Amino acid sequence: MAYAVETESLRKRYGELVAVDGLNLTIKEGEIFGLLGPNGAGKTTTLSMLATLLKPTSGTARVNGYDVIEQSADVRRSIGIVFQDPSSDDILTGRENLYLHALMFGVPKHERAQRIQRVLNLVDLHDRADDLVKKYSGGMRRRLELARGLLHNPKILFLDEPTLGLDPQTREHIWEYVENLVKTEKVTVIITTHYMDEADRLCNRVAIIDHGNIVALDTPSALKSKVGGEVVKLRTKSPRLDQVRNLDYVLSVSQSGSTLLLTVKNASAHLQEILSMVGEVASVEVRSPTLNDVFLDYTGREIREESGEGGAFERIARARSGH
Amino acid sequence: MGELEGLYALWYREMKVFTREKSRIVSSFVQPLLWIVVFGGGLGSAVSLGGVNYQVFIFPGIITMTILFSSVFFGLYIVWDKKIDFFKEVLVAPLSRVTIFAGKMLGGSVDALIQGGAMLVFGVVLGVNYTLLSLLSSFLFMFILASAMVSLGLIIGANMGSIEGFQLIISFLVFPMFFFSGALFPIKDLPAYLLIFTVIDPVTYAVDGIRGILLGVSTLPVATDLLILLGFAAAMIGIGTWSFTRLK
Repeated sequence: MAYAVETESLRKRYGELVAVDGLNLTIKEGEIFGLLGPNGAGKTTTLSMLATLLKPTSGTARVNGYDVIEQSADVRRSIGIVFQDPSSDDILTGRENLYLHALMFGVPKHERAQRIQRVLNLVDLHDRADDLVKKYSGGMRRRLELARGLLHNPKILFLDEPTLGLDPQTREHIWEYVENLVKTEKVTVIITTHYMDEADRLCNRVAIIDHGNIVALDTPSALKSKVGGEVVKLRTKSPRLDQVRNLDYVLSVSQSGSTLLLTVKNASAHLQEILSMVGEVASVEVRSPTLNDVFLDYTGREIREESGEGGAFERIARARSGH
Repeated sequence: MGELEGLYALWYREMKVFTREKSRIVSSFVQPLLWIVVFGGGLGSAVSLGGVNYQVFIFPGIITMTILFSSVFFGLYIVWDKKIDFFKEVLVAPLSRVTIFAGKMLGGSVDALIQGGAMLVFGVVLGVNYTLLSLLSSFLFMFILASAMVSLGLIIGANMGSIEGFQLIISFLVFPMFFFSGALFPIKDLPAYLLIFTVIDPVTYAVDGIRGILLGVSTLPVATDLLILLGFAAAMIGIGTWSFTRLK
């Protein structure tokens, strides 16, 4: 099995801040691989190093067999990137944006028009190709950038927070396009996301990243089964936890404010007993674990979903100005 | 081959942007015309310099001004480019930084050259006699000036983190370069405090050269102007290329 990405002790430091702390990672060809973590976990920094936009402080990484430091031009030719922030030129048409990309990435002249048409069809933008990007919706623009990322037939497509800031329906569409691309174009897709549902829905394997390191790595379902039971969420004013903690079928207990999260083996059979021990309860919810529970399980914190982290370039800019 | 196509791509993009922002093209003519018609016409009714009417005298200076302003602004625009839009996509392309700099520099210079060239049309109204040689040599001067000033703008823009310093650069660099250049007055017999700035102002040599070519009035030999301007442009392009190789 060939690897699309191999990293060895990959590390990035900004002064005192260690953004990526000795990452060892192998990503297989043809998979959709997710880097999941909260803001500032080091996902975008990792992606930027793999895409040769940032130099690692130490360690090595090989992308499509090319060294990211020694052979950065080869790496760049063999990857496509969709940035977190819009990076298409809105004063040009969709087709012109693709044409420029084809020129800059050395797509042979006789293949240009045909390949541009092909990627436009892939993302259903053929009928809007000659409109100015200014007139596109956010989702259309993201689709154009997906198409552009694929134009030079890369073996790996990097997507940095591909659905950040898009409405639920558009997100669903983008996911469908990505899944479709993997099937028809045979690319490896590496995404960063802090959306649990996105990682769950899209990825074959997920690396949970926290403080610049991998805390867990597996398929979404294996990660969830490691939680080992169902999640019982209780709202209660004054929980009595001593007895609950001692129950052998209760795997973990965490509390934040009046919300109590328990991981329970075979929860439906034991719910009555738990409730009687905890005391007065305002509401109860029993559900299967999500990746959020996995994250909580490994890090003791929840991923906050309200905001995305800065794009690669903002981070670079910040790093350069010493923050 | 790849680098050349990349260069063409960058230039193509600048041309598309230039031709689509029609309001920018129109407004770029307003200020120079005000200078020639109002300032030159007003003062020219009473003053003539170097044997020509004042309005005609400042005409080469105003062409130079048009190129100076549009070139530096174009270069400074990279501060926005760095943050948003298309430039990210350019930086990640498998192109050398030298190519990226050259593409930007050529794109901006051609923009400025079109604007400066269009200004030449007004010379006909003012009674300037063009020859093929004088037109070609004016274009040469304009192009060298534009490439130097786009490079200067790109150097500042590449090293500037935000656009907050923009007004400072206009006030302390661009306007002084225009006023000290002798665009509006003859530089012979200047008082010493003015002469110093005029001599170190690279724009002086563009104004003097173009004035010499178009009106036959110049302080230095045109060839000397050309050499000094070329030297300045080479330095700016060199520093600019270096700045871009450091750009992340």
